[in-house]
Amino acid sequence: MGEYVIKLPDVGEGVAEAELVEWHVKIGDLVREDAVLAAVMTDKATVEIPSPVDGEIVWLGAEIGDTVAIGSPIVRLKVAGEGNVAPGSSPKDETAAAEITPTPSPSPQGGGERAMAADVSAKSEAGSPKKVPTPKSEPALQSPSPLWGGVRGGGTAPTAAGSAPTSGAPRPEGEKPLASPAVRLRAKEAGIDLRQVPGSGPAGRIGHEDIEAFLARGPQLARATGLARKDGVEDIKIVGLRRKIAEKMALAKSRIPHITYVEEIDVTALEELRATLNKEKRPAKGAERAKLTLLPFLMRAMVKAIADQPNLNAVFDDEAGIIHQHEGIHIGIAAQTPNGLVVPVVKHAEARDLWDCAAEVNRLADAAKSGTASREELSGSTITITSLGAMGGVATTPVINYPEVAIVGVNKMMVRPVWDGTQFIPRKMMNLSSSFDHRVIDGWDAAVFVQRIKALLETPALIFVD
Amino acid sequence: MKEISCKLLVIGAGPGGYVCAIRAGQLGVDTVIVEVGKPGGTCLNVGCIPSKALIHAAEEFDKVAHMAGGKSPLGISVATPALELAKTVAWKDGIVSRLNSGVAGLLKKAGVKTVHGWATFRDGKTVEVETETGSQVIRAETVVIATGSAPVELPFLPFAGPVISSTEALALSEVPKRLAVVGGGYIGLELGMAFAKMGVKVTVVEALPRVLAQYDAELTRPVLKRLGELGVEVITGAKAKGLSTRGDALLIETADGKNAKVAADRILVTVGRKPLTEGWGLEQIDLDMAGKFIRIDDQCRTSMRGIHAIGDVTGEPMLAHRAMAQGEMVAEIVAGHKRSWDKRAIPAICFTDPELVTAGLSPEEAKALGGEIKIGQFPFAANGRAMTKQGEDGFVRIVARADNHLVLGIQAVGQGVSELSAAFGLALEMGARLEDIAGTIHAHPTQGEGFQEAALKALGHALHI
Repeated sequence: MGEYVIKLPDVGEGVAEAELVEWHVKIGDLVREDAVLAAVMTDKATVEIPSPVDGEIVWLGAEIGDTVAIGSPIVRLKVAGEGNVAPGSSPKDETAAAEITPTPSPSPQGGGERAMAADVSAKSEAGSPKKVPTPKSEPALQSPSPLWGGVRGGGTAPTAAGSAPTSGAPRPEGEKPLASPAVRLRAKEAGIDLRQVPGSGPAGRIGHEDIEAFLARGPQLARATGLARKDGVEDIKIVGLRRKIAEKMALAKSRIPHITYVEEIDVTALEELRATLNKEKRPAKGAERAKLTLLPFLMRAMVKAIADQPNLNAVFDDEAGIIHQHEGIHIGIAAQTPNGLVVPVVKHAEARDLWDCAAEVNRLADAAKSGTASREELSGSTITITSLGAMGGVATTPVINYPEVAIVGVNKMMVRPVWDGTQFIPRKMMNLSSSFDHRVIDGWDAAVFVQRIKALLETPALIFVD
Repeated sequence: MKEISCKLLVIGAGPGGYVCAIRAGQLGVDTVIVEVGKPGGTCLNVGCIPSKALIHAAEEFDKVAHMAGGKSPLGISVATPALELAKTVAWKDGIVSRLNSGVAGLLKKAGVKTVHGWATFRDGKTVEVETETGSQVIRAETVVIATGSAPVELPFLPFAGPVISSTEALALSEVPKRLAVVGGGYIGLELGMAFAKMGVKVTVVEALPRVLAQYDAELTRPVLKRLGELGVEVITGAKAKGLSTRGDALLIETADGKNAKVAADRILVTVGRKPLTEGWGLEQIDLDMAGKFIRIDDQCRTSMRGIHAIGDVTGEPMLAHRAMAQGEMVAEIVAGHKRSWDKRAIPAICFTDPELVTAGLSPEEAKALGGEIKIGQFPFAANGRAMTKQGEDGFVRIVARADNHLVLGIQAVGQGVSELSAAFGLALEMGARLEDIAGTIHAHPTQGEGFQEAALKALGHALHI
């Protein structure tokens, strides 16, 4: 029998570390070769780590949410025959040697605190003089973090000690609420059903202060029978993609002074063209053509507009104070996936025709949704489109895909009455809500850019004229 | 006679009815109360008050009688006392009469109109009252039925001649030599003991295996002991069969099925009370009943809109203070306040010697709830004040939940413990735990210390036992 150590492999170009987002195994599991052990996430892509050997898991080197350096050991397996480690070297030495991420990630600390809190609460329970044969239904006591249970227990302990065995205990169903006649009268006059009032006094006695608290919380609760107050708090650790999104959004909003510009576009002509093109069943080279949505037209229009204003197709390295103005137009397409927002990138839109853009958008959207998009496909954009489709609303305030300098938001298309000089006529209208990095893009330039796109989309033939 | 219209009409001026009317009057409700007799009902005229007067007189007589002959341990000696019952009754009537006018005055002060006469429902909003001066029709938005109750009459022992109810027993002009009491409930024993103290040879005939059957045996033991000391003969498991042909004895069938005679000058029948639901037109309004009582909800509403019922006519416990609380509540409901019956305890007292008090649940009732309970009991034999009053028999007992020490019930038996009912009722109504009672300073030397000690006992650290 030997031990086999699996180190975090290099998952992508230039990536030095990755976040562990999921364990597929636990200690004691028997795994076969190629079985998935874990998933790690880099800046964009999630990568699964397979087992190169058969064996039994004896050690896991990271917790979910930990950032792990490439090359750090993450799993130890007990394998038949010789392993890849010299016997005797303990996992801990190995860990230290392999420098598991020196960055102090918050999770191990949090775990420690929780463990301590659990200790405290366990102690306070053990130290309390009488057994408390109750909890179960008061949600606050059941909050997922034992910390709260502990704190609460500690808070009530002095009064509970020695005297009040069920202080603050919830009232079992059907039991009469305990309150003095004066409190009962007050409740009656206020229209409060005392059965719904938690009692803070000894043995759950309801006092005047409980009535006040109940009233302050809103008497409508008392009247709406069947509605129950809930006090639970679920603590959800932000890991993986969600954490990336959170960091990226915070970065974008804290660094970039956004200017958002909303303009109305008459897409009646564009929609006619789109319908015509979709009807026309020209066989593509080999495969059936993708159905055209509005996106490819917008992408092509952006390519045209960027030709006039190349400074919008850029990445702003604000720390170095350099704007990298790209010649190639790589359009990020914000896409919603079950795990959260990702932005697959249509590379070199300037070199793609309408159909090509459409096909690439479809392909990337599918890849993003199924989680198979590669790191390369999820990075390298120079400008981004965000569209909520039918949910698009009237206007949005898009957040720039940092470190880009512009994002174009597509709102919902709807038929609106438009005054043509003599009468109202129904037109298919759609808003574009676009944000720009005001540090490097002036409002004027932003307006010119959007007006140019508007002109192109309203007279779609212009998109195809060079 | 001109019709009277009012917002509230109360039928019956017993403790339920008159309290209801006074409170309604205080709240500015236009109220009329109808009563055929004197205000105060059974309680004031032929119940609680006069019986307590008689019991007190008997007690005093008994005390003095024991001092006669120089046998008193207190060192007091007196000449042989004599009792002139007619004077006692006159004194008692004086008290009743003062209270009658007191109630009448309170009703007047509250702006309540009193109509003297017998009321009969015509429909749910209209009542016809037979007054001395003719028929008076009263229309009311809300009617409160507070007609009370009356002693149950046995068909084979109708109230006549030597067979009397508690009402007549309170108005005897001379002390009978021998008294047979049919029914060993609290009324029979209260009066039976009083007469025994006046020197009457009393025999109590009870159909059940024991007297005061609504109390547990432990609680009634001191009373049974005292009955023996007073020379009261208690025949249990025996059925009254009727009056002897000469009218000087009660015929009974004993527990073993034999016929026997209990010689008696008077036969007091106290086999319970029945709600007064006849003779005032209940059939006209056809209310839902709960057995022989009028069915009410937690706001004392009957099945007919605008008609409330309170007091003995609505069920057990048939106690004046329950009726008063109901009357007060109904008056406030009629005045537009939000009220409903939410009392936790209706203390009950039996004025035997020694007295019995119960409030809340008995140990048996508490056990029946299924939870674990704690019981603390403190005997007056260990109470200084009880010793100095020559009242060492009896105890205070507290029943509480074992888990949170919430007091569920309190019982006491002993001399003068009726006054402890105030503390018992307050403790239950306030939701006291054993620690609340144990942690309250009770003045020394009083019998009330027994209450605190019983709580300490339940907590496992009684100090004086």
